[in-house]
Amino acid sequence: MAKRIDVSDLDIFYGNFKAVEGVSMSIEPRAVTAFIGPSGCGKSTVLRTLNRMHEVIPGGRVEGKVLLDGQDLYAKDVDPVGVRRTVGMVFQRPNPFPTMTIRDNVAAGLKLNGVKNKARLDEVVEKSLKGANLWNEVKDRLDKPGAGLSGGQQQRLCIARAIAVEPQVLLMDEPCSALDPISTLAIEDLINDLKERYTIVIVTHNMQQAARVSDQTAFFNLKATGQPGKLVEIDSTSRIFNNPSEKATEDYISGRFG
Amino acid sequence: MTAITNDFPRDHSLAEPRDLDLGGKSGGRALKNSIATFVMWAAFAIAVIPLVWILVTVAVKGGHLILDSTWWTNSQQGVTARREGGGAVHAIQGTLIQGLVTALISVPIGVLTAVYLVEYGRGRFARTVSFMVDILTGVPSIVAGLFIYAVFVNAFGFQRSGIFVCFALTLLMIPVVVRSTEEMLKLVPNELREAAYALGVPKWKTIFSVVLPTAFSGIITGVLLGLARVMGETAPLLILGPYTKAIATDLFGGNMATLPTMINQDRDQAVTLPAYDRIWAAALTLILLILLLNLLGRLASRFSKV
Repeated sequence: MAKRIDVSDLDIFYGNFKAVEGVSMSIEPRAVTAFIGPSGCGKSTVLRTLNRMHEVIPGGRVEGKVLLDGQDLYAKDVDPVGVRRTVGMVFQRPNPFPTMTIRDNVAAGLKLNGVKNKARLDEVVEKSLKGANLWNEVKDRLDKPGAGLSGGQQQRLCIARAIAVEPQVLLMDEPCSALDPISTLAIEDLINDLKERYTIVIVTHNMQQAARVSDQTAFFNLKATGQPGKLVEIDSTSRIFNNPSEKATEDYISGRFG
Repeated sequence: MTAITNDFPRDHSLAEPRDLDLGGKSGGRALKNSIATFVMWAAFAIAVIPLVWILVTVAVKGGHLILDSTWWTNSQQGVTARREGGGAVHAIQGTLIQGLVTALISVPIGVLTAVYLVEYGRGRFARTVSFMVDILTGVPSIVAGLFIYAVFVNAFGFQRSGIFVCFALTLLMIPVVVRSTEEMLKLVPNELREAAYALGVPKWKTIFSVVLPTAFSGIITGVLLGLARVMGETAPLLILGPYTKAIATDLFGGNMATLPTMINQDRDQAVTLPAYDRIWAAALTLILLILLLNLLGRLASRFSKV
């Protein structure tokens, strides 16, 4: 049930400061779209507008349209809480709930939204942990605290927690930047499996990673600090990395810049 | 204009090998060190001597009474100042009951105020609330007592009773609970809130199911420390809570003994009378009670997850 996202003329603000300007793009379903670009260019900001997490920050607001299979996420009658159930998110640093066990962490999204049926919860926990390639490592210690896992395991726990609520889209904000290469590989393999079922958008600073995991790549850039970030181009990953249409993209990819 | 080059002006003297001079401890610095150390220890001793003195005095003068089991089982009913015997159970009960009821009123108000200030409060109203909490922190306990007296006894015509003592103590406890809870809530990483939002959990549910449990042990510590503070308060009790020698547990009518008022009761008796020793024993009991709460508070903070 993966869905397609269409962004048109999106301006993003922090208070009066325009952080990102004029983003228009289409994100394909059942594919991985990578956002790359220098620090501060607004890629994470754009990502956070896709599930209305941007407005959690005081002063955060948005102009323009984000359509999820044709439905405007920013229409007046849309509940941001509902949007976030449909569009899940994994963060840069693993953030399991410290008071909860591994089992409760995975079930948190359902439990906190009122699901009480224990058999159903157990089933979801197993399915999600298997989906996140973590089941074999933790199946014997589901009632231990989630914070006791290693960094890479914690991140996969967070992915399991995100897919347990069965979102249509999964947003990942530099999910591997706090992990070692082996854990990174595990997450990348997982992303490859997950794209069969979900629309995935990943922000990354690692261009090899973007090249390895994504089907489509968007390059963001900004003219100078204090200026709004812009989408330079979005295209298939092979084109972006081999034959980009913009000079700025080529400079960035080849390391002559940024 | 000089062209920018990579050639920094090089001071070649730096590169030449020099004798390594780590220096011995020079006399002047060693002396300063000794003086500073001495001053530090002296300050520490000055701070600790009165504390130890009080504890020892109270323990020596009251210790023998609280070791007697009747101290923990009997009241002072029928015991005059000239007679030995009797216990403090009436006062201990009163202090615990009033402390508990005070906590039951202050904790929800204090914790919810802190939740408002940290999670929701923006703009002028939040600043006003925060400022009011600061002011409340500075209100002397006798003013809190007089305020409740003026409102409930003078204006509404109620009799003085235990519940009004609790009201006055609540005024003193709320700011302590608000401030400590606020600090604990601020320690909860924002990432946890965002993680819950990203799962489609509404904000209020995030606060109750993720933020408050994460800060729970810290909040408990703050509550116990606040409780320890108000249980030693005396001024509001003198104004609102008349002493009685009998066991009395009715907060809504009649007199009710507490440890501070028990201490106050016999303080002008002659040093030779048995009542005099009971003052010290009551003081020791109060110190032990508050110490116990403090220890519980520390214990709770040890299990803190933040």
